[in-house]
Amino acid sequence: MHALSLPLASMFGGVDPWIFSFSFITVVVTVWMGFRSAKTSKTASDFFVAGRSVSVGWNASAISGEYLSAASFMGVAGMVMSSGYDALWYPVCYACGYLFLLLFIAGPLRRFGAYTIPDFAEGRFDSPLFRKIAVCFVLFIGFFYTMPQMKGAGTTLAYIFPGMPYWGGVVLVGAVITLNVALGGMKGITLVQAVQYWIKMFAICVPIFVVMSVYGFYGKHLAANDGRDPAALVAGVTAGDEVQRQPLTAKAPADTAWISPFGPLTTKAAKAAGLSDEAAKPYSLLYTYSLIIALVCGTAGLPHILVRFYTNPDGVAAKKTTMWVMILIGVFYVFPPVFGVIGRNLMPELYAATGAKGTDKVVLELPRMVGGLWGSILSGITCAGAFAAFMSTFSGLLVSMTGALAHDVYGRILRPKSTPAERMFMFKVSAVIIGAVAIALGSQVEQLQINFMVGQAFAIAAASYFPLLFMSVWWRGMTMQGAATGMLGGGLAALACTTIINLSDLKVVNLAEFWKANPLLRILCEQPAIWTVPLAIGLMIVVSKLTAVRVPADIRMKMLVLHAPEKLGLKQEYIQEHQTGMGH
Amino acid sequence: MPTPTPHDRVHSEEFLHTLMRRQLKLSIACAAAFLVVLLGLPLANYFAPGLMATRVFGFTLTWLILGVLFFPAVWAISWIFIKRSIWLEEDEVRQVKEGRTE
Repeated sequence: MHALSLPLASMFGGVDPWIFSFSFITVVVTVWMGFRSAKTSKTASDFFVAGRSVSVGWNASAISGEYLSAASFMGVAGMVMSSGYDALWYPVCYACGYLFLLLFIAGPLRRFGAYTIPDFAEGRFDSPLFRKIAVCFVLFIGFFYTMPQMKGAGTTLAYIFPGMPYWGGVVLVGAVITLNVALGGMKGITLVQAVQYWIKMFAICVPIFVVMSVYGFYGKHLAANDGRDPAALVAGVTAGDEVQRQPLTAKAPADTAWISPFGPLTTKAAKAAGLSDEAAKPYSLLYTYSLIIALVCGTAGLPHILVRFYTNPDGVAAKKTTMWVMILIGVFYVFPPVFGVIGRNLMPELYAATGAKGTDKVVLELPRMVGGLWGSILSGITCAGAFAAFMSTFSGLLVSMTGALAHDVYGRILRPKSTPAERMFMFKVSAVIIGAVAIALGSQVEQLQINFMVGQAFAIAAASYFPLLFMSVWWRGMTMQGAATGMLGGGLAALACTTIINLSDLKVVNLAEFWKANPLLRILCEQPAIWTVPLAIGLMIVVSKLTAVRVPADIRMKMLVLHAPEKLGLKQEYIQEHQTGMGH
Repeated sequence: MPTPTPHDRVHSEEFLHTLMRRQLKLSIACAAAFLVVLLGLPLANYFAPGLMATRVFGFTLTWLILGVLFFPAVWAISWIFIKRSIWLEEDEVRQVKEGRTE
């Protein structure tokens, strides 16, 4: 609490008025839009699925706005800066993971017509028990995903208010969003998130074009990283139109490692074990494949993204929305690596710091290079974008977790006979509970990299929800027992691995010597998807075969609802019977 | 023996089987095209590091493919998938309706 006793002057002393006002406007607009639409959110359907009437364009913008988190806006640039080529797998798989979602899951999932993924889980297998298991995973994945958002909030506010402690930013932003979600629910945040996508797009591309026009374009900056002695370049011996580079600090990876396809990120474990470059390569390949599986399958299993597909009017709209999401997100992801590359050449001093002051803030810091008033304005724009990034993702996560707690735990498990008014009240109470837990967790993770934490949430989703959805949509022989065993087996294995890695990175337990002796184990633990996803699917198949008599009796009708076109009139809203009791 | 009504046809085992098989075949074909590129690139980096390090417009070849060219390729795959998938759905609806007028 000592920070509170700091004089206010030191907190606000170094504040740049432009950066402050841009960020402040973003926050105020977000809250205002949330409040405004809160007035029109009346029914349960409004709160959970925005009345199922969101059009393709709005929904694609909203999904993109929700998906482009602090990890995309700040983390990708920071990671490209620290690991080079290796880190490109993150933006590419973040964007392209939607293809799996489109090909196998989006259409059928929407046709089933539930409110939440636990709804789908219970409906598909006629099992209230399975709902409970599904709810647990919504919360696991959600909390793992909120931690990096909170880190983004802490980092940005510490940048804007130089005297503010990291946790102060986490508490402030967490409280504002929690209030917003508690008031507006899903309908409230759809509009907010759609607008936030366009804020982020503007905030990432305008400043970088200005920076590039002053300091040289992308290709030139990349060409500068070719292993020559940077000291020679700074000394002014640069030939003609080459980029003026700053000397790299001691902590920065050398050019050869940074530009290598298997660079600092994937060789970390093998390097710690003292293996040579050649001996480390097979490990790097394994790491890369595991990362790809985690991100591609994980995108198709993120509850806060999947829940947005229920806001589409029908299955065809769900598919079209997915394609537009890929285009909107893909265009966005061209820009963060540019920040990383230019940041490496022009601001290598960021390598020296860790936590909130390290490479994760390159997006905020770089536009200031332009200098003077314009530098402040451009930096203000990227700060506003960063606010939009963690606010929209955190709102989305909060809605999906609150939905799980209010709709699934309270409304379906604890008090199935509660009145609509009681459930609406519980939505608000749940939002506050979840928000408080998220703030508490977020204040503990200053030392972890934003992007790495998001990767972990993807790994858990890839091993739990993706196998569940993929198998229950396409294989009619699946039983509840099979689904539950597979999801628990794969999901908990991934959860255990990521927890061990985090505890060891935060130095709570000291495993450095163990990892050094076993680089392969470290990789399988840090990127568990390569074995947990097959494990989950394998368990599902074996256990379902063993319990084949328990396949739901009306399975043919269920499969027909999932796969037949809506025009055949088979669409049955699974949730309809309950909706009458929810105050329509 | 009476001809089956459209209702029966929709609810027949055979209809569901064809429905799922056609859509799944399309999805798997599109996924395969995507996976060849996605999983092939690390292999190319592994076995032909020299070629992938060739500079094109300042980018290494591998950086150019992954950072820039990969996105339009995926958009193309998804566009083809959606067109085909909607066509398949319309074809299924047509089949059922024709069954009714017979």
